[in-house]
Amino acid sequence: MNQSAATYLGNIKDTVQSFWHGMSITLSYLLRRPTTIQYPDRTPLPVRDTLPPRYRGFLEVDADICTGCQACERACPIGCIQINLEKDAANPKQRVVTQFDIDEAKCMFCGLCVEPCPTGAIQHTREFEASQRSVRNLTFRWADPLKPFPVYKVAKGAEYFPRAPLGSLVRAKIEARRWDAPPPEFLPPEAPKPPAAKAPPPAAPVAKPSAAAAPAAPAPKPAAAAPVPEAKPAELLKAAAETAAPAAAPAAPAAPSPAPAAEAPVPTTPEVKP
Amino acid sequence: MSALPTPAPARAKTPRLAAAVSIAAAVGLPVGLFALILFIVPVLQPDLLDAFIRERLHHDPATWAWRDAVYAVALVVLAFVFANFAAIFSGILSWWERRVAGRIQSRIGPNRAGVGGFLVWIADAVKLLLKEDLVPADADRILFRAAPYFVMAGFILTFVVLPFGESIAVTDMNVGLFYITSITALVVVGILLSGWSSNSKWALFGGMRSAAQVVSYEIPAGLAIMIPVLMAGTLSMQGIIRAQGGLPWQWFMFRNPAAFVTFFIFFTSQLAEANRTPFDLPEAESELVAGYLSEYSGFRFALFFLAEWGNLWVMAAMAVTIFLGGWQIPFVPNELYGQLKGIGFPPLAWWGLQAASMAIFAVKTIFLVNVIVWIRWTLPRIRVDQMMSLCWKYLVPVSFACFLFTLLWQIAVAAVPALETAMGLGLTAAAVVLAVLFARQTHRNIAAVGDRIDLSNW
Repeated sequence: MNQSAATYLGNIKDTVQSFWHGMSITLSYLLRRPTTIQYPDRTPLPVRDTLPPRYRGFLEVDADICTGCQACERACPIGCIQINLEKDAANPKQRVVTQFDIDEAKCMFCGLCVEPCPTGAIQHTREFEASQRSVRNLTFRWADPLKPFPVYKVAKGAEYFPRAPLGSLVRAKIEARRWDAPPPEFLPPEAPKPPAAKAPPPAAPVAKPSAAAAPAAPAPKPAAAAPVPEAKPAELLKAAAETAAPAAAPAAPAAPSPAPAAEAPVPTTPEVKP
Repeated sequence: MSALPTPAPARAKTPRLAAAVSIAAAVGLPVGLFALILFIVPVLQPDLLDAFIRERLHHDPATWAWRDAVYAVALVVLAFVFANFAAIFSGILSWWERRVAGRIQSRIGPNRAGVGGFLVWIADAVKLLLKEDLVPADADRILFRAAPYFVMAGFILTFVVLPFGESIAVTDMNVGLFYITSITALVVVGILLSGWSSNSKWALFGGMRSAAQVVSYEIPAGLAIMIPVLMAGTLSMQGIIRAQGGLPWQWFMFRNPAAFVTFFIFFTSQLAEANRTPFDLPEAESELVAGYLSEYSGFRFALFFLAEWGNLWVMAAMAVTIFLGGWQIPFVPNELYGQLKGIGFPPLAWWGLQAASMAIFAVKTIFLVNVIVWIRWTLPRIRVDQMMSLCWKYLVPVSFACFLFTLLWQIAVAAVPALETAMGLGLTAAAVVLAVLFARQTHRNIAAVGDRIDLSNW
């Protein structure tokens, strides 16, 4: 390659100049304050307070103004909300909410549950920092099964519902739980009463290995089964399996073959391909 | 913001114990190491050892059969001290480089382990030591295992002649510079071995590139070394330093215009020989995974990086030795050291002078190390052809020209000695002006974006 003396000297000049400029630029950055904000412990404000007001974080339910209409449960496309209502034993006219569970691990924060709520009891907050060692601790229980709360009666023409400050309830719940708290332990599923057609021996081995193989896998929530004792066991278990974590699904004795059923298509596909 | 005014969370503080440990380590380790070297190197020299044998052990060192054993123990102690110096220096430097890199990139860098993240290099070392030492299935096992030791030996052996102060050098060979240039060639052997024996194409590429690069850049580096050698008339490291003086215009770099140019040639070649950015083609992360050390893990990986960071000290110390006046204290003539020392265990004044000379040498060296780190985070990696053309088309011819100029310059200086002083003063003034201009440029860069100098947020 031909190179004149001018380009040769020009290259040297370029090198010196780019060193001069480049090194002065990097030195100037060295002497400035870094722009990094160090999450989470050296931020000037808690990060939740810097989020926009309509940020969709964890859901929060104010039990004081929940009408128990279950509109949110129906609206949820995932089914991460589980609500159960019962009649109050003392006052048969009063219905009480015995279960209001939201599985935040499943929630996709779409906000569809917030929209149909007549009183604004269920709302998204700006809380998002609640890592848990056990995913099952991310199920927030807004109703205590042992102390069910009565449904809220909307006064005629009411336009304002006294809601607790947004975020305060969920924050209290998050702060009350250690990040490495042990997950809730569920009782193993009740063995279904064997129908007349079926012999008991085959049912027992099905239920037993699954419970033994996965002792940590949650059985369907017993609270789900409690409120509607008159329902048929199979239906009950099906409903419970829907709300339980996916790992729990094979544990349900009503569906003893979901795993084989899922595996079945796999060997067939190679046959289909050629 | 509709947020409720919540009080800002208290700034998380480093636990008191971790803070105490890291501050103690950050201050104590370097001070302790330098103090140890300051004390142990002069004490373990043959004349003091002989005196020890004569006065304490009551033997005549000339005829005593065990004298060599005492010498050998002294050498083992020295080797241990310098190996530890190299390891701890490169460890601390790895932390410091990450901090500087963070700042230059507007980040913060490691700041979790201890104050300012100082303990991160210890954590890294522990982690690397606990890792499994993997050898790839198809690797040449013996060569693969041996390669890091070549690199390590080529690096650590330079401490035999590297000076730290007036009498603080393990030995002062009369071929010291030649010894260093030849012993560092061992590093290339290690790199080639590691690249070849890994049986991985990336490692092989890295090894080959490194060999090409180091062999090429030895030529300008060797020629650049010749200029101070011509000016001092000796190859000995201490001899070259004694030929200079404590004031900037007595340094070789400013006494001769060719040496001024040569300093930059030497510095660039040293960067290339140590595989530092912008010459880190052998370990180009974006192309070659990690180059010649792709397949290494655990302790062997740590050895490569120990040598790489430790080499920064070697590079900087060499440049300081042969161009920047070494350990020379201003206004202290070379004869004073000998007069103060006397016979037997040296007096306190002598130790004070040694400590001062060591401090001067360390400050200069650490300054240059920081420049090397700074260059790394300024310049992008150059291409292979650019690397080759820089060496053969620019550095080699210019260093030849400087070499010839120095020959003539020495003749001229022999005739008119004032020439050297005048040139020294002139070039020193020019360097000061350049430094001021550079500082102004930097300040303008900061002010231009409405920012200000702020070293907080650690």
